[in-house]
Amino acid sequence: MKILVCITKTPDTTAPVRFSADNKEYNPAGVAYILNPYDEWYSLVCALELTEKHGGAVTVINVGPADNETLIRKALAIGAADAIRIDANPSSALFVAKQIAGYAKDKGYDAIFCGKETIDYNGAEVGPMIAELLDLPFLSFANHLELDGRKAKVSRDIEGGTEVVEVELPFVLSAAKDLAEQRIPNMMGIMKAKQKPLQVIPPAPFEDKAVIAVYETPPAKSSVRLIDPENMDELVRLLHEEAKII
Amino acid sequence: MAVLVYVEHHNGAFKKTAFEAVTYGRKTADSLGVPCVALVLGKADGAGELGRYGASRVLQVQDPALENFDSQVYTAAIAQAVQAAGAKVIVLAHTSNGKALLGRLAAKLDAGSVSGATALPTANNGFRVRKNVFSGKAIAEYELKSEYKVISIAGNSIRPDASGSPVAVESLAANLPAPKIRTLELKRIEGEIPLPEAEVVVSAGRGMKGPENWGIVEDLAKALGATTACSRPVADSGWRPHHEHVGQTGIAIRPNLYIAIGISGAIQHLAGVNNSKVIVVINKDPDAPFFKAADYGVVGDLFEVLPRLTEAVKKMKGS
Repeated sequence: MKILVCITKTPDTTAPVRFSADNKEYNPAGVAYILNPYDEWYSLVCALELTEKHGGAVTVINVGPADNETLIRKALAIGAADAIRIDANPSSALFVAKQIAGYAKDKGYDAIFCGKETIDYNGAEVGPMIAELLDLPFLSFANHLELDGRKAKVSRDIEGGTEVVEVELPFVLSAAKDLAEQRIPNMMGIMKAKQKPLQVIPPAPFEDKAVIAVYETPPAKSSVRLIDPENMDELVRLLHEEAKII
Repeated sequence: MAVLVYVEHHNGAFKKTAFEAVTYGRKTADSLGVPCVALVLGKADGAGELGRYGASRVLQVQDPALENFDSQVYTAAIAQAVQAAGAKVIVLAHTSNGKALLGRLAAKLDAGSVSGATALPTANNGFRVRKNVFSGKAIAEYELKSEYKVISIAGNSIRPDASGSPVAVESLAANLPAPKIRTLELKRIEGEIPLPEAEVVVSAGRGMKGPENWGIVEDLAKALGATTACSRPVADSGWRPHHEHVGQTGIAIRPNLYIAIGISGAIQHLAGVNNSKVIVVINKDPDAPFFKAADYGVVGDLFEVLPRLTEAVKKMKGS
């Protein structure tokens, strides 16, 4: 089976969050980037497990600049067979989805996998957008998947519980925690990754419908108010009278 | 022109997030000077009650294809209602199903979208909507430049306003594709407010020492009418169920009150709870990093502090 796995980069969780002087741009100075954990740990690894069990290969696709190639090679080191990079700044979710759907539409993929969301903007939009653009079913927040022939049984996270559904290939899926176990690339994988094909293709023209006009940093939190552990009546009084939340 | 609100229900029951979405839609519609139309898909009695939250019309599509959730079918139904209502702004709750619909609708309508908005749109400088980004460390203001605009509203961002009156439900016929997804099983924890909707959350970590000690956490949660949560190590070691895990790889929440008990406050945990309005941290280690993110802190032995806090809450609620 052929699976297309969408990967993106995000700032590491511990990276500083700073903006340009006019607050219109994110300032990447000093920021370490990682592959989005949901893409790398769960989506990519689940796709690899499926191809290891049922045959076939995983292609990773990224919309981004040439700097991203180090992270794309990491996905190849983990086990993807080849990679596509669409050479453009991922300026909005719909832009990214249109590029990926445009590339995938006549390639006959059995499934397209995404992470459930990125850890910086938490949009969770690209997956369902690709599904709509390709007129495919979409399974969000998958935490378990079993494939039997062309039929997949997928368990997905919903508010306060789980839903188990059945669907036939092809479909688009977004991966949540527990869909797979993170894999660390080994030396052999890293060596092989250098030789694997990474094709760069130009973007299709598209005008963004949603842009970030300005960023704002919330006021710094005032320091913690410590309450005497013997006096919980005081804490309750503050939550009731000062914070007015209970 | 109109604002269309897609209103989610579970087996006919509307939840707080649904009322929030209708109130958000109504306030948006008021600022644009247009009607607010609510849309209900599938079987739900009493949809006219949504008028109380500000819907000037309620449309309902009943079709066997809507019995279980399939985002492809639901998107087709919503898109037809958008045309029927003449809507240009579409509002949804930022729930697990709402997120799937947001992306699909934006793609279908070639619309600008904002996922997880935390404030009402403003229109004096383009159509702008704010949301939290970078785990609550910043706010991004999006400008939507398209004819259609789709917004999902983060839970607990607006207070439902029930000052309106019920309206009549209008039935809408829709031409729907057959579902491709078959629901085999739906397991929801009964009798508890799901974490993303909870206003008060009591959360505990490794400081509890073992699952057998959770009674005092549950007692406090019960006294406060709160939902219980836990840190990642606790869920990973099977002390508590996976759906209670809050943090970067678990659920991100934004309750009014988050009480963290015996959780040190790793950055990945904070990423999921930073947007809580008030944070109380109880930990015996005064150097626990969580205190830096807290509004109120208690340095002490949680096995002594917790029962004392529960008693104090009961005393206050009883008075």
